[in-house]
Amino acid sequence: MRARKLLSEGEGAGLELRAELRLDAFELAIELAVPAGSCLALAGPSGAGKSTVLRIVAGLVRPDRGSVRCGEVTWLETEAGIDVPPELRHCGYVFQDYALFPHLKAWQNVAYGLRGEVRGRAERRRRAEALLERFGLAHLADAHPRTLSGGERQRVALARALAPSPRALLLDEPLTALDSRTRATATRELASVLREADVPTLLVTHDFAEAATLGDTVAVMAEGRLVQHGGAADLAARPVSAFVADFTGAVVLSGVARPGPEGLTLVDLDGGGDIASVDHATGPVVASVFPWEIALEPPGETRGGSPRNRLAVEVASVTPLGSRVRVGLEGVQPLAAEVTAASVRALGIAPGRTVVATWKAAATRLTSS
Amino acid sequence: MRALRPFDALVTLALALALCFLTLPVVAIFAGTRPGELVASLGEPGVLDALSLSLKATLAALVVIVVVGAPAAYVLATRSFRGRSAVITLVELPLVLPPAVAGIALLAALGPQGLLGGWLEDAGVRLVFETAGVIVALVFVAAPFFLSQAQAAFSAVDHTWLEASRTLGASEARTFLSVMVPSALPGLLSGLALAWGRALGEFGATLIFAGSLSGVTQTTPLAIYELFATDLTAALALSAVLVAISGALLLSVKLVGGRVAPGLLAR
Repeated sequence: MRARKLLSEGEGAGLELRAELRLDAFELAIELAVPAGSCLALAGPSGAGKSTVLRIVAGLVRPDRGSVRCGEVTWLETEAGIDVPPELRHCGYVFQDYALFPHLKAWQNVAYGLRGEVRGRAERRRRAEALLERFGLAHLADAHPRTLSGGERQRVALARALAPSPRALLLDEPLTALDSRTRATATRELASVLREADVPTLLVTHDFAEAATLGDTVAVMAEGRLVQHGGAADLAARPVSAFVADFTGAVVLSGVARPGPEGLTLVDLDGGGDIASVDHATGPVVASVFPWEIALEPPGETRGGSPRNRLAVEVASVTPLGSRVRVGLEGVQPLAAEVTAASVRALGIAPGRTVVATWKAAATRLTSS
Repeated sequence: MRALRPFDALVTLALALALCFLTLPVVAIFAGTRPGELVASLGEPGVLDALSLSLKATLAALVVIVVVGAPAAYVLATRSFRGRSAVITLVELPLVLPPAVAGIALLAALGPQGLLGGWLEDAGVRLVFETAGVIVALVFVAAPFFLSQAQAAFSAVDHTWLEASRTLGASEARTFLSVMVPSALPGLLSGLALAWGRALGEFGATLIFAGSLSGVTQTTPLAIYELFATDLTAALALSAVLVAISGALLLSVKLVGGRVAPGLLAR
């Protein structure tokens, strides 16, 4: 944020993880790699084992079998009996409820991780306050966590995790504890922090839209396994299973927003074309639409009514979801519609068929990215 | 204002009864002592010695209890291992031992003819009729109070704070000192107050295990008992002094604990 690197220039070391661990309800078995400077969003329902993955990386949980490597450094190799303790792994960890030390002031929380590398309390305080200032919290350096708001706590936790120049960032539901108003700002700030970070980042979330906004790629987890890993739009448009289709919920489209006519915002989609939204935003945005808001029409037909978005697309996949059908669509950017089985039959929807996807401007939510 | 219900009246009466019964004897001690007698009683032979021995011996016992007890309670609070419940029960056993039984048990274990008696003698350690023996007796009866409080306090600390500390580069030892102890401080202090109170009032185990030698093993409760046989007024006066000291200790620990209760020990 603010044009300066928050993290020191690392050697560009990526993170590799392979782990098997018997849990109460299921067996966790996972393999993933995160390149340096990239953010992998681990998404999935509660209890899928997402946080356990973070804890394995940080060294707080030891898997039955597995290995964790950060660049050339091996943190864990169960077969070789290597298990580097958490304090020597240098992971910046933001816990779900932030886990700020209640007996320490904000600056002392941030300075806590500097004791190993910065000599002198005064110098540590200076460094901590500088970091707090970059998060707009300079005036709260002497405040105790219990007097801070949720958003302020989240930023102190982030500053604390970033202070000792971590080799990897682990974020466990960093936005879940925030109210919806604070969350929009916090999401923008976090996205900016992640853009600057040149270490691998693993972000856990149960919210697909959040994963799509913050992750360079998204991995969907269920019952301890990776179900699908790819770009957020890909996952939404080409879910490998009904579970992923259901979970992804909203379709996401990226583009650049500008003011349009009649108080609408127009988003020039990356790859061409534009769509309208009633939300206000400018600059790079992620537009999200729920698939059940998207209707499919035969090409060439137009209907009047409220402002509608229309995109010509090709049907890529047809996945039944109970009484409804998820239709994966290929256009300038992939998207998906959820329609009734009856309309699939009526329109003769099948892979390869060209249709028009249409939805209301009011159904298009914009998030700055 | 709503009518006083029968149940409310009943519980209020119970509280009033408890309060009267528990404070009346203490009030009586002070009512039966004139300030002049209180000062004069301090001049009795052995009285100042007994007070100073009580303070020194209880402080020494507390140091041992905290230095060994805090890490032991930490293990019980944070690790799960086979036989953990059995260990907890065993370390709490002295809580239910009658003090005289505790004294005899200590003699049987550490006395000259005791289980470890020969070994202690070879090492040149004498406990019976020695101040060291008083400290041993105090540790034995008072430690379980601290252990159980400390274990509860450590268990109540949010474990993600400890995990956060580890990911921030702190070893488990530094995490214990910088996060665990400050976070559990109110509970630790209340355990300390309980142990201190128990140690200050210790009578039976000390008498049986260490004896009642004036200036060496005669703590204040033992001195009070000796005075009681000869001079009731002096015994009452010394009792008042002990109550005042114990009350002041308890109060100050509670005040300190209340101040740091939200966990505000800086640094």
